[in-house]
Amino acid sequence: MSALLKVSDAHVAYGKVEAVRSVSLEVADNEIVTIIGANGAGKTTLLNAIMGILPLTGLAAFAGADMAALDIEDRVAAGLSLVPEHRELFGTMNVEDNLQLGAFRIPKAIAAGSFERVYTLFPRLKERRKQLAGTLSGGEQQMLAMGRALMGAPKLLMLDEPSLGLAPIIVADIFRTIGELRAAGVSVLLVEQNAQAALKIADRAYVMELGEFVLSGPASDIATNARVAASYLGFTHEGESAI
Amino acid sequence: MNTTIMLFLLQDGITNGAIYALLGLALVLVFAVTRVILIPQGEFVTFGALSYAMLATGQVPGTARLAVAMGVVAFGLDLYAARRSLRIKLVVRSVLLNIVLPVAILALTYALAGPKTPIAVNIALSLLIVAAIGLFLYRIAFQPLAHTSVLVLLIASVGCHLALQGLGLVFFGAEGLRGPALSNAAFTVGPLRFTGQSIAVYGLTIAFIIALWLFFGFTLMGKALRATAVNRLGARLVGIRTTLSGQIAFLLASVIGAISGILIVPITTLYYDTGFLIGLKGFIAAIIGGLVSYPLTAVAALVVGSVEAFSSFYASNFKEVIVFTLILPVLVLRSLAAPAVEEEKD
Repeated sequence: MSALLKVSDAHVAYGKVEAVRSVSLEVADNEIVTIIGANGAGKTTLLNAIMGILPLTGLAAFAGADMAALDIEDRVAAGLSLVPEHRELFGTMNVEDNLQLGAFRIPKAIAAGSFERVYTLFPRLKERRKQLAGTLSGGEQQMLAMGRALMGAPKLLMLDEPSLGLAPIIVADIFRTIGELRAAGVSVLLVEQNAQAALKIADRAYVMELGEFVLSGPASDIATNARVAASYLGFTHEGESAI
Repeated sequence: MNTTIMLFLLQDGITNGAIYALLGLALVLVFAVTRVILIPQGEFVTFGALSYAMLATGQVPGTARLAVAMGVVAFGLDLYAARRSLRIKLVVRSVLLNIVLPVAILALTYALAGPKTPIAVNIALSLLIVAAIGLFLYRIAFQPLAHTSVLVLLIASVGCHLALQGLGLVFFGAEGLRGPALSNAAFTVGPLRFTGQSIAVYGLTIAFIIALWLFFGFTLMGKALRATAVNRLGARLVGIRTTLSGQIAFLLASVIGAISGILIVPITTLYYDTGFLIGLKGFIAAIIGGLVSYPLTAVAALVVGSVEAFSSFYASNFKEVIVFTLILPVLVLRSLAAPAVEEEKD
């Protein structure tokens, strides 16, 4: 499998403080990859740097092309999309306008089809299409943020903490949808604190601690790893001691 | 004071207010999209008005040459900014926009300028010239600063105002100019006399407000501009270029400024530095609208115009003082009502 996204030896710094140190990761076509880790581990910083919001030193290549010279808008055009932690919706505009703007770079004819797909994935959005984005509930806003990103027909969707602050039933709904994206040919890079849910749908996982990757491997292996279980899943496997 | 005088003053106030409304709307638009408080808006007014007045006498205004000079600088900046990944497509686009466009406008101006040129052609030429200047002003002064704070942008804005005002003195001289009226028709309703010019002011103001409303409400580009104003990062994440939004905002603002100038210059003599004061009154309206609300700005502009008309009747020496004092209670009320605003970071 060819790597859709390839990051190697990436560093991201806020002034003199390095928030991400020497991180390498790959996401292949049609793959769901998750980065789990505690609050403040540098997960969000890494995603923002891959998107071009923060400067990244090291290599970041998308679909085989180095992204160093590309700004955010170019990366969007190349098929990379980020649903940021704070969603960054257009609060005073309605759901339909938000979605329409998601397809800003896409020809009109294709955008029409995207509307259908997004409304099929998130029927709730169709019901609320004339409502202002700022008046939606948290879960609906998350759905809208994902829908808006999908309108641009990305090859890789990066999701930053999609479960943050949402009721468990809505989290389950959103994770089910993320799983369905694979069928639609979208790769996913998922950053989550909710490790249990993330590991369930992911193919591979990276564990991030204090700005570095400390573990990586198939999601099923990570899920049964004693150290991960103790730190992120909140239980210890029988017979193993937590580190 | 009798009713007739009051009606006269009110009519005068509304005519001026309509102009301030146009300028105020442009200020709100530019601030919302780019966070620039557009002090040089007044220069767009003067440049538009005086270019039109000069064209009416058959001369080619210096602003047409300024547009070419600014285009060359903008082209240089484009090349410098893209020096690491110079693509042919990029260079061609930059040449077309920054070199070919202003040169074509200059050539067109030379070809068409003459004492017998129809008014409509002169208006179109002045609008083209000022539109180009507005576009390049954004590229040269504000695009490289787009990520900085509102304060830095404001300082740059003041600098642009001073520079353009100086250039205005060079191009148009210290004597004021007056332009020909758009129409000499006139009719009376009761005691009030409506000139073709004042009808044009009302008509164009309303037309512009409707056009802006349609543009922002129903076109993808208009929605993209609103999106940039609402959430800059969100807009970038769907691929809307901040620079494109900024260019369109400045283009609209410069055209609106020039239109306002062309509407005023047959009514009052304009000097190279008159625009600043006119722009400031639009600014008062925009501030009353909180730099966010379009309808509030339009209403406030009519109030500003009326207050100005009445105070010039009662206390003409204090006319400007009274108008600008309007801003104080508004600022006090707003600062009491609104919580402390943190500078936006992105």
